[in-house]
Amino acid sequence: MFSINTLSPSRSDYLLATVLRLCAVLSGVVLLLVVVFLVQEAFPALRHVGLVRLFTDDSWHPTEGLYNLLPMLWGTMLVTIGAVSLAAPLAILSAMFCQFYAPVSLARWYRRLIELLAGIPSVVYGFWGLVVLVPMIGNLHPPGPSLLAGMVVLAIMILPTIALLMEASLAAVPQEYLHGALALGLRRWTMIRNIVLPAARSGLFASAVLGVGRALGETMAVLMVCGNVVQIPHSVFAPVRTLTANIALEIAYAFGTHRSALFASGILLLLIVLGIVVVADAVKPRWTYGE
Amino acid sequence: MVNKRSSPWLPLFQERCVALVVWLAVGLVTTLFLWLVSEIVLQGIGVVSWEFILSAPQNAGRDGGIGPMLVATALIVGVCLGVSVPLGLGTAIVLAEYTNENRRLSQWVRRSLDVLAGVPSIVFGLFGHAFFCLFLGLGFSLLSGGMTLACMVLPLLIRSTEESLRAIPREYRLSAAALGLSRWTTVTRLLIPLALPGFAAGLILGVGRAMAETAALLFTSGYVDRFPTSLLDSGRALSVHIWDLAMNVPGGNSHAYASALVLVGLLFAINLTSSFIADQWKKHALT
Repeated sequence: MFSINTLSPSRSDYLLATVLRLCAVLSGVVLLLVVVFLVQEAFPALRHVGLVRLFTDDSWHPTEGLYNLLPMLWGTMLVTIGAVSLAAPLAILSAMFCQFYAPVSLARWYRRLIELLAGIPSVVYGFWGLVVLVPMIGNLHPPGPSLLAGMVVLAIMILPTIALLMEASLAAVPQEYLHGALALGLRRWTMIRNIVLPAARSGLFASAVLGVGRALGETMAVLMVCGNVVQIPHSVFAPVRTLTANIALEIAYAFGTHRSALFASGILLLLIVLGIVVVADAVKPRWTYGE
Repeated sequence: MVNKRSSPWLPLFQERCVALVVWLAVGLVTTLFLWLVSEIVLQGIGVVSWEFILSAPQNAGRDGGIGPMLVATALIVGVCLGVSVPLGLGTAIVLAEYTNENRRLSQWVRRSLDVLAGVPSIVFGLFGHAFFCLFLGLGFSLLSGGMTLACMVLPLLIRSTEESLRAIPREYRLSAAALGLSRWTTVTRLLIPLALPGFAAGLILGVGRAMAETAALLFTSGYVDRFPTSLLDSGRALSVHIWDLAMNVPGGNSHAYASALVLVGLLFAINLTSSFIADQWKKHALT
């Protein structure tokens, strides 16, 4: 049976190769489809409203023909920056704990905990923020649903992802470096500060950048705790609306240019996130070696 | 790294401080985790029962159960896997095994998948709404939702399968070629079975991602809360149900807690299974 196959490439082999190649092409085409359909849907807005007016109109009042995305863009930026600056330090400390401070068995348990935390859906984080965090912030400084609530919930949400990635990049520091440090009699923190962190620098940075990407694209958690008022916030207690929340809130009833403007904001979001991914990728090749 | 200590106790003090900060941070993370989980478990456990799991919601979800949502979630995940598994498996085999014949193709596919992995879920929702619901005319349906999710989990699935295919030693393929096995036999009898555990781990992660997803489903599968009778029916996923109860239904919190408890419980079970399979696989892969 096998010998027949070796004499001439069998029909099943041709069939297999064709089917597999078809699968690969289809997988590759998905991105193309996403881009084509977003652009097609966004086109009316880009033509009637124009790119400039999406940032210079007086406000976001789609029913009155005003399409300023800037307040939402600010909301997205501020929530993201806040979340990452809260989560990144905690994530580095978590990663250091697993690699250098915890006894092996404890590190394993802690890692499993972080993995479970990473698997909790964003809508559950949002719900927790809504019923626990928002009332707490409301007591501190009304109204409650606010930029701050968004930052904290998002920080808790992206923390596990960043921590796992950061631990991987700490673990990728060559063992010889650590052995050398031990042989020199360096203390733990001296070794971490002078050898491990510099060597893992690019990996740590790339992890934080991926966290930024995750935070930018998050919808449900911010939708539930940020208050969704279209404004450039003047304090962390002011409610904000992010680009993602704006899409989720309005697409259900939007039509015409309004709908198209929402697709344009989707493209904007996509471009920002892709820029971030490119940055993370550019930093990654030096992952293991540092300098 | 020269020793220039001004006094011997200062570095030691620093050492202790950093250790303290690390333990405090870990304590904080653990506390947050326990707080979140205990909140959901304590508030939700009173409502969860077999009746809650099986029956239909009443009074906009304030009473009744989550039966239709579980069915809808299962169907959406089913459609998602039905589309993404064959596509993902095929693509992964091309990327890992047929590299020489298709260098340009695999380069392009890989790059496009890398980008796809970074697309935010709400953008997938927009795409799914425009493409599956309107362009293909599927409307708000389980089919639209499932296929949107399939696009979303495809990169994840392909990456894990490709990695497990690449982990198979080269000698296996050489021996297969030396034995004169056809490509078909090599792939179906040798490579796929060997890569199965890694593939299963990726698959389970994908299921987890699909079940947790909300934003992409809001305007692809819709939120009708009846028992779905066909794949073309609109159906409300469990995650969408939680969102709806929390945001749009005053007095829906207790049932939102209970739904969240069911969802988190299912996801934890999935997560543990996945890491168990991955562990087993690592043990066997060493030999």
